[in-house]
Amino acid sequence: MAYPTDRKYTKQHEWVQVIGQQAAVGITDYAQQSLGDIVFVELPKAGTDLTAGKPLGTVESVKAVSDVYSPVSGTVSEINGELATAPEKVNQDPYGSWMLKMTLKNPGEIGDLLSAAAYEQFVAEEGGH
Amino acid sequence: MPATETTPTVRKTALNAVHRQMGAKMVDFNGWDMPVEYPASIGCGIINEHMAVRTGVGIFDVSHMGDIRLAGREALAAVQHISMNDAAKLSIGQAQYSALLYPQGTFVDDVIVHRLGEDEYLLVINAGTREKDFNWVRDNTRQFDCAVENLSDDFTQIAIQGPKGVDVLQKLTDSNLAAVKFYWVTRGTICGLKNILIARTGYTAEDGFEIYIPADEATSIRVWNELLNVGKEFGLVPCGLGARNTLRLEGKLPLYGHEISDTINVWEAGLDRFCKMEKPEFIGREALEKARAASVKRTLIGLEMIDRGIARDGYRVLDDSGREMGYVTSGSLAPFLRKNIALAYVPPEFSNIGATVKVEIRGQGVAAKVVPTPFYKRPKKS
Repeated sequence: MAYPTDRKYTKQHEWVQVIGQQAAVGITDYAQQSLGDIVFVELPKAGTDLTAGKPLGTVESVKAVSDVYSPVSGTVSEINGELATAPEKVNQDPYGSWMLKMTLKNPGEIGDLLSAAAYEQFVAEEGGH
Repeated sequence: MPATETTPTVRKTALNAVHRQMGAKMVDFNGWDMPVEYPASIGCGIINEHMAVRTGVGIFDVSHMGDIRLAGREALAAVQHISMNDAAKLSIGQAQYSALLYPQGTFVDDVIVHRLGEDEYLLVINAGTREKDFNWVRDNTRQFDCAVENLSDDFTQIAIQGPKGVDVLQKLTDSNLAAVKFYWVTRGTICGLKNILIARTGYTAEDGFEIYIPADEATSIRVWNELLNVGKEFGLVPCGLGARNTLRLEGKLPLYGHEISDTINVWEAGLDRFCKMEKPEFIGREALEKARAASVKRTLIGLEMIDRGIARDGYRVLDDSGREMGYVTSGSLAPFLRKNIALAYVPPEFSNIGATVKVEIRGQGVAAKVVPTPFYKRPKKS
């Protein structure tokens, strides 16, 4: 699967797409495949402050519970309420299924994240283990 | 470190290469490299695999299960001594769910006892307890005129499960499967292999069969592929341990190390109906007699989550005031029932149907209610 180049990635398999001062966050295709059928997504409330590298919520597949880490710091402005009733959307369309949007606190953090090419290489190496 | 310690090696079934080739996600299960689920690209994944077994048919490689054969003049007496169900009630060709118990009435393992001949029994045991079980059976049957053999490595065991399982398997055998009742066994030719043990058993709370074929790789792969092939028209899918677990959980079938263990006794686990106290003697009987008189301190209940959240193995169960009073043994989304369910041990006073409790999920008490079990019962054939 292609890695969209309009966003950045983390080694914990999140993606973040920046539009102005806002950033949308989701998990990658690799993450959803590793998890399997996603049946539960737990997200913070709007207004919650998030810190880069700290858990922002949880995704659960039938088999496993997994933390989702915030790629950047900021304040939650909106959550994707659809995922409460249709968590399988994350499997079906991982790059279209944003989990939350946040107002960036320190846009400079974006520069620390992986490009699509760098993430692709990281996954290739990780998958080879 | 003791000098006798050996490096643990991961064990593989004869179908390991096939699972990998099909793109299955593999996990270490009790020292076995086993498929947990097959890929979405071939219509699989735990939920699809689970649904296939409830509504159609799925096949599982369960060769990691162990097999112990007891044969000889006193085989029945030996089986009666080491297991809690009444094997004297078995006709030749019949099977029963049972358990091996420690003297204190707790579980060595749960087993299916098959009576294969006049003085011949086959115990099918769990993968994680294979060596322990065999040693235990051998050590506790020395006084009987009966040979005890570990046949665990001799068979590739494939489970064909689901309402259409009979149709799929019938295409590969000359045996009349319609004549084999649930929990009975027969022998027949499968894919040209003669005298194959065919049991109408399983671990999915669904109709189905388990076949025991020679464990060599070529034969195992041939039969697996034949099943996939003839199963196409019935929508057959390969299934992994993930679906095996959710299927057995919906049916409240116990899993060793979860609902039963060496610290849980028969009464606590609610397996009374498989424990025949009218038998004059079996290992564990005396302790169970006393335990029954003393009444149990905890009991296995079914929970359905009321609020959003999935109870997982080991999560704490809390009373209304937030005090810990029990724990979850198994919990998951139930794919067929589309509910979040769990099994848990709690004191009997919290076990009334309809009572509400809380399950601690990531520090929060999430409401759940006690519901009747099994969560799922397969529809009776009319």
